[in-house]
Formats: sequence, C-alpha cells, structure tokens
Amino acid sequence: MSGPTPVYRYLASRIAGMLVVLAIVAVIVFVLTRAASGDPVSVLLGDQATADDIARVKKDYGLDKPLPVQFGYWLREVVQGNLGQSIFLQRPVTQALWERAEPTTLLALMAVAIAAVIGIPCGIVSAVFRGRWVDQLFTGVAMLGASIPSFWFGIVLIQLFAVSLGWFPVSGYGAPGAPITERLHALMLPAAVLGVLNSALIIRFTRASMLDVLGEDYVRTARSKGLPESSVVLKHALRNALVPIVTVLGLTVALMIGGAVVTETVFGLPGIGNLVVSAVLRRDYPVIQGALLVVAAIYVLINFSIDLLYVAVDPRVKL
Amino acid sequence: MRLPRLLRQLMHRRIVMLSALVLIVIAVLALGAPWFASADPNDTAVLDRLKGPSAEHLLGTDELGRDMYSRIVHGARYSLTIAALTALGSVIAGTVLGLVAGFFRRLDAPLMRVVDAMMSFPDILLAIALVAILGPSLLNVVLALVLVYTPRVARVVRASTLVVRELLFVEAVRALGVRTSRILWRHILPNLLSPILVQVSFIFAYAILAEAGLSFLGVGVPPEIPTWGTMVAGSQQYADKAFWVVLFPGLAIIFTALSLQILGDGVRDLLDPKLKKTL
Repeated sequence: MSGPTPVYRYLASRIAGMLVVLAIVAVIVFVLTRAASGDPVSVLLGDQATADDIARVKKDYGLDKPLPVQFGYWLREVVQGNLGQSIFLQRPVTQALWERAEPTTLLALMAVAIAAVIGIPCGIVSAVFRGRWVDQLFTGVAMLGASIPSFWFGIVLIQLFAVSLGWFPVSGYGAPGAPITERLHALMLPAAVLGVLNSALIIRFTRASMLDVLGEDYVRTARSKGLPESSVVLKHALRNALVPIVTVLGLTVALMIGGAVVTETVFGLPGIGNLVVSAVLRRDYPVIQGALLVVAAIYVLINFSIDLLYVAVDPRVKL
Repeated sequence: MRLPRLLRQLMHRRIVMLSALVLIVIAVLALGAPWFASADPNDTAVLDRLKGPSAEHLLGTDELGRDMYSRIVHGARYSLTIAALTALGSVIAGTVLGLVAGFFRRLDAPLMRVVDAMMSFPDILLAIALVAILGPSLLNVVLALVLVYTPRVARVVRASTLVVRELLFVEAVRALGVRTSRILWRHILPNLLSPILVQVSFIFAYAILAEAGLSFLGVGVPPEIPTWGTMVAGSQQYADKAFWVVLFPGLAIIFTALSLQILGDGVRDLLDPKLKKTL
C-alpha cells in the first residue's frame, strides 16, 4: 500500500493546525498592539520631530508600506527570535522575558504539583463514593475554590503565615543572587495560593474522568475476577482516567505562565505576569506584544506536545 | 425542558434555593443601594478611620473612614452590572459564532481556529492587554471581558449545535423547505438553551472574579469607583491593622461567585440528566 500511514497523516494535519493557530495568534497580537500604540513613529521620535524626520523614519522602518506588508516584516523578525526593544527597560524584549522566566516557571510547576496532590486523590474519592457525603463535600470545596479571588486568598495567607507567624517572607523573591533554596522558600506561599485554588479544577476533572472509566467493561471484568476494589480503582481505572487529567495539568502549567499575574503582583514576584502589568502601566508596547506572543505560543506548543505524547503512549495507535 | 418545570424542580433542591436566595438578596441590596446603605459610600471621616465593626459601622470603616457596609452595597452595583453585561454580551456573541460554526461546515474550521488562538492567551492576560488598549473605564472592562469569554461560549454552543444538527427533526424541517435562518432560530437555538443558560451563570461568576482581579491590578475600573475589586486594592496595605477592610469585600465576591456556580450546576444537573455524573 502506498501513501503515508494514518498516524503520519494525523501528525501532519496536527502540525498544520498548530501552525495555523500560531499564525492567527501572531495576527491578533500584531493588530492589538498596533491598535494600541497608534503611530509607532511618534512613539519613537516624540513630539519634537519634523515632517522630514517622520518621513525618513517611516521609510527606514518600512512603515510607509501597507499594514499586511508591515506584518510580514514583523513576523520575519519574530521568527528569527527578535521581539524588539523595550521602550522603558532599554534592552531587548527577549532578554527582559528571559530574566523573568525563572520565578514564573518554578511557580507554575510548584502550583500544579500542589493542585495535583490535592486534586487527584479528592477527585478519585469523590468518584468512588459518588453521591455520598464525601462527594458532596469535595464537590462543594471545588466550587468554593473556584469562587475565591486569588489576590484575596494571597492577602489572607500573607497575613496568617508571613505577618503573624513569620514562616515566609511577606513578598519578593529573595535578595539578588540568593541561593535557590531561599528563592524556593519565597515561592511556597504564592504556589500554595495558586495550587489550592486550581485544585478545584483538578478535583472536577479527576472525578468526571474516573466516573467515565468506572463504567467501562474492563473495570467490570476486573471486578468480576474478584480483584480487591483498591486494585480495581487504582490500577485498572486510574491508569486509564489519567489521560485527560494529565492534559489538564499540562494546560494549567501553560496558562499559569503569564496567567499568574495577580498572584505574582500580590507577592511581588519578578515574573512574566508582573512584567506585563508594569508594561501596561508604562505603555511599553513592545513588551506587551512580546509577552503576549510568547505566552500564547507556549500554550499552543504544550497543547501540541500533549497530543504527541498520546500518540506515543496509547498502544491503540500504531506507527 | 420547559422553564416553569425547571423552576419547580430547582426549588426542590435546598442548596440551589439557598444560592438563589443569596443572589436575590445581593441583587436587591445593589438595586436599592441608596436606601439600604447607612452612609454615603464616599463620605470620608479621618477621625473614624480603620474602625472595627460596630453598631454605627456594621462592617467597620476603611483607611479614609468610609463606611465599609455602604461601600460594599454600592460596590455591588458596579461589580454586578459589569459581570451581568459581560455574561450577556459574551453569551450573545458566542452563541451566534457557535451556531454558525456548528451549522455551516465550511465556516467551522476557520472560525474554530480563531477561537483556539483566542483561547491560547490566559484569560487575565488577554483582558489586561485589551483594557490597556481600550483604556480603563467601566465599559471597556466589559468589552474586554466579553472578548475574553466569547470564544468559550462559542466552543460550547458549537459542540451542542453539531449534535442537534444531526437530529431527525432538523432533517425533517429541512425537507419541508424551511429557510436556513428559520431552522437556526426556531429549531436549533431552543434546543441549546440549557448549555447556554449554564454558561450565563458560570461566566457571570468568572466575570465577577476577573473584574476584581483587573481592578486589583490597577488596570481595570478606575480606583475612585467603588467595586469589590477596587476596595480590596485600595485597602490591602492596611490588612494587618484592620482585617475587615480586605475580609468583607472578599467575602462579597466569594458568596456571589459561589452562589452563581451552584445555581449553574443545579440547572445543568436538571436540564441534562446525562451530564449529571460529569458534575
């Protein structure tokens, strides 16, 4: 038989789909920031520029060309890894983002770990005892978690554990050049805020996913073989239920890179979210543009990698 | 399912009724804020600053001596209005998009790729960027949040449209020669009411949290307007001396968002017995 196997065709269509989404993301970011900053020439030159200066700069930067052509120029730079210069910070946007990447990434990973440790067991218990009081309790707790504003929870935890008990620093990311242990220590409270609040989502997903699997034939088979219930739930059901749960965990990490803005601000963490908020307040559009683009691209790429992982892991899909 | 029957069934569930009651009380307080408030929400009294809850000031006073209870009641007006308009706007826009994407196969892929792209930005980050572009005002916060939540609704409505489109009665009305616009409006849309209703209550809850977050960051509603978010933002530095300045506006947010989610969940359970198990 000729032609690519279904899996390669699937991969090709997934890659094409991903590139299309990335392209649309780029258009959205370009249009948004262009609409915001207005005329980039006046931003560059200030109010004192003469008509000659403006014309010259427009020609130099290709700004006399139609907008789609300008988008092409911009995209060519972006693909080469050039996100432009920050107006306020006086350095390349990529460098500014890179300097802020560590706290944001560590925070996201720690928070998702906490969310998984709380959410997965609670979700399993909820599904196994469906409709009983434990289920109702955890379901209620999950909804409560989804109703608490992160800044409020952050302030409450700071008052309790940083101000009153003094276990954690009130804010910041350790002194410059502090050892990694001090930085991780500073991240514990914000990670607890995000982890506890996001565990609500993980409880819901684990419960739903487990309930789906517990109704499957192979679970009934396992039970009818006389296997102990714990082995049925943890070995046979959980393994299969983990697939959607891992997806949500992965996407939650992606969404926290840039989406933990509020928590980063409450705790004064020098992360990417914090960078965007200060850029918005200073109208530093190249930074806003670069951050939006990078954050969305990370989400798309993580989403895509999870899909690939399934192809690799699922025995029903053969290469 | 018909709405009156739905209401009757909802009334049988105590927790759902309790949530509805909480929402009604908050809505009534908000609508009648000038009558229910015990003081002008902007009246400052420096001598009375950061006073704890008392008979005179039910929920205490903030750092400028303003009455917290009156500010929360007045803040409810702004917070609820913003959230309600956001829910309404994004549900209308998302329903139209989702219907079109789900019904017309040709438009499905392009529209959904745009939805995918919009949803690759974290909600709050996209909202911040949009408000930064539009400028901070009540209306622009609503506009930004509508743009953030429209794709979410579009996805849900599209998925349901895909199912309803294949039902036999749709084929029947099509065979009868009914106009496409009429099929969409009279035959498909009524069957999507339950998922849409659920989305309204959830987006209402998300919007309350999002507005509070934006205002807290100082990129949302201008700080001189009392919303639950601006109240926490303005007073947070006094939290160690006077916990009530942060506690009470936060509780207002939590009670409202929680009640909305319980209500939405209750509606979903009753409207779609199949979904019951997926929470």
